[in-house]
Amino acid sequence: MADYQNLFTRVQVEAPHYPGIPHEPQGLWKRGTKASASYWLGKIGDAQIGPFYLGATGLASIVFGLLAFEIIGLNMWASVGWDPVQFVRQLFWLALEPPAPQYGLSLPPLKDGGWYLMAGFFLTASILLWWVRTYRLARKHKMGTHVAWAFASAIWLFLVLGLFRPLLMGSWSESVPFGIFPHLDWTAAFSLRYGNLLYNPFHALSIVFLYGSVLLFAMHAGTIMAVSKYGGEREIEQTIDRGTAAERAALFWRWTMGFNATMESVHRWAWWFAVLCTLTGGIGILLTGTVVDNWYLWAVKHGVAPAYPYSFDPVVDPATLTGAGQ
Amino acid sequence: MKTRYGMWLTGLASAVLLVACGERPPVDTVQVGYRGTGMEQVYNPRLLQEVAARNQAPEVVLPMADPEGPLAKDIYQNVQVLTDLSIGEFTRVMTAMTQWVAPADQQCLYCHVENNLADDSKYQYKVARRMLVMTRDINTEWQSHVKETGVTCHTCHRGNAVPANVWYMDPGPRKERGSIGTNAGQNTPVTGLGMTTIAHSSLPFDPYTPYLLDAQNIRVETTTALPGDNRASIKQAEWTYGLMTHMSNALGVNCTYCHNTRAWGDWTDGNSRPQRVVAWHGIQMARSLNNDYLVPLTDVFPAVGSDGQARLGPMGDVGKVNCQTCHQGVYKPYFGAPAAKDYPELRKKPAPVATESDGESAGEGDSAGSAMAESVTAQRSAPLPNAVTPVVNAALVARR
Repeated sequence: MADYQNLFTRVQVEAPHYPGIPHEPQGLWKRGTKASASYWLGKIGDAQIGPFYLGATGLASIVFGLLAFEIIGLNMWASVGWDPVQFVRQLFWLALEPPAPQYGLSLPPLKDGGWYLMAGFFLTASILLWWVRTYRLARKHKMGTHVAWAFASAIWLFLVLGLFRPLLMGSWSESVPFGIFPHLDWTAAFSLRYGNLLYNPFHALSIVFLYGSVLLFAMHAGTIMAVSKYGGEREIEQTIDRGTAAERAALFWRWTMGFNATMESVHRWAWWFAVLCTLTGGIGILLTGTVVDNWYLWAVKHGVAPAYPYSFDPVVDPATLTGAGQ
Repeated sequence: MKTRYGMWLTGLASAVLLVACGERPPVDTVQVGYRGTGMEQVYNPRLLQEVAARNQAPEVVLPMADPEGPLAKDIYQNVQVLTDLSIGEFTRVMTAMTQWVAPADQQCLYCHVENNLADDSKYQYKVARRMLVMTRDINTEWQSHVKETGVTCHTCHRGNAVPANVWYMDPGPRKERGSIGTNAGQNTPVTGLGMTTIAHSSLPFDPYTPYLLDAQNIRVETTTALPGDNRASIKQAEWTYGLMTHMSNALGVNCTYCHNTRAWGDWTDGNSRPQRVVAWHGIQMARSLNNDYLVPLTDVFPAVGSDGQARLGPMGDVGKVNCQTCHQGVYKPYFGAPAAKDYPELRKKPAPVATESDGESAGEGDSAGSAMAESVTAQRSAPLPNAVTPVVNAALVARR
């Protein structure tokens, strides 16, 4: 039993390096031919490293990504006066902030958000190029493009936060700062400004799919490892030709909860949960401030937010009382 | 064996985490709202002990004075503020002030000139006059906030010539460095004054200037479900968030001390506790005290005091009050002990400021008044943080 409760992969695959299927057409960018093996990577995945294929989009993506990374990092470093020690100590607090509200959608000076817009542009370009790469590589490998479309769902949320919603709101200042704690503070402030995001039904859906993804992941991975001694990890074969691993796994879940996914459908469940997490999340963000301005009051209006009995004396907004404001 | 290793590892990790946070469980939880709404206060009894030790009201050692008898102003020269006190009461207040405020080695001479107590040439004397008016103003005009508990000099000073918790305008941790690395008044764990920022967060580190000196709009939430004309930006919400976190820290309470966190801005439907009303008046009071009493003293203070400590901040502004100045980490200063009860002298309405007929120090009140106007203008001309300016919302503009 203990065999399947190990953190690490127990089988180190040692075999001649596999170069991959030929790319058609090869084009300007050739795939590398060199490969090596890592024992420690073999503990958590395939031990073989390489051969690599970067391609035009991959290279451009990395260049743009590096530009964005440098702009953000150098601005953070400058904000502590180019002190390397303080840069490391304060790193989690530092940020590159979007322009101030009064700039609207105009181009602000570099120090007042110009760098932010530049970094945002390069980062967006980098991510979109990387998406193109995932799509084209899938095509080259004669695969489906499922990964690319799942990635596109995450990109949708990214674009809503940094591009679509700021455009609709008429201000770049609505976008998210680049920084560890600052982006978390932004998240809290976003909910504070728009009357509690927890009452946003699309936010709720997004959370369902987020936690649901985690749950599905654990259920699926646990199930497959639990039946791997019956060949359960051969999921594709078991989809077509159901063996004892699939039968046992199915029976286990039917007895547990009365229903079971199949060796094929569980992957569709997982894919859709992951994709819908950012898809619904993006919708929820896009509606905030554009269509709904206070989610709590919206929920009250539609009978979602319950009224609780008073457990202390009712109060009146003192600002509405005459003579109160001094 | 492996399980035991895991247990030790988990235990060690938890211990490291707890030490890093400076708090260990268990904590006490007090329910303050309807069940299920999460309205509760969390207290760490071990930390609370330290806070309690720091926040004891001073013992009243001076016997009560007889309010009858000749007025101090008729006996002493140049009494301008405490004109309504008997000589006994007057002496009692003076004695208390030496204990509450004046350095132990200077006593009366911290404010007064030796051999001529009527000589008001020292800046400390001038400041003390205004502070006495302020204390009486708080106790009589701001009962919406201080109720019958009231304040004395000690509530803020606690034996220090300058209260430990006053704020100065914060220029931020860096000097101008050309066109790169602007922090927008936030995103640093240490402020320009070398203090840790609000709750060690990356929130704006000086929310006092826009709200407790200037009267920028604190309310960022929209009061209707659908968009109207509220143009508050997310950045502006961060400034409000900073101020509120300051209040939470200064009072040693959770957000739920005042708010039902499901609807922060809502005053109806049991979403606000009565404490929020008191806190609202507190904000008005702090703003009023800063503008009416402290800023006008800017020109009275020297840049460096007689003790060698700075009296003005890096921007040349005077020390000002926020919630921490009185509360010092407690929901009510001294945990609600009625500090002013034993000092009826400080609970009288401020008397009109008298001026000596000899003109020796005539118009001290007047000069304070004109200085006030000038200083306030000067403070206003200082640029407020960009982020507080309301957003220009093109979408909303287009709709209307």
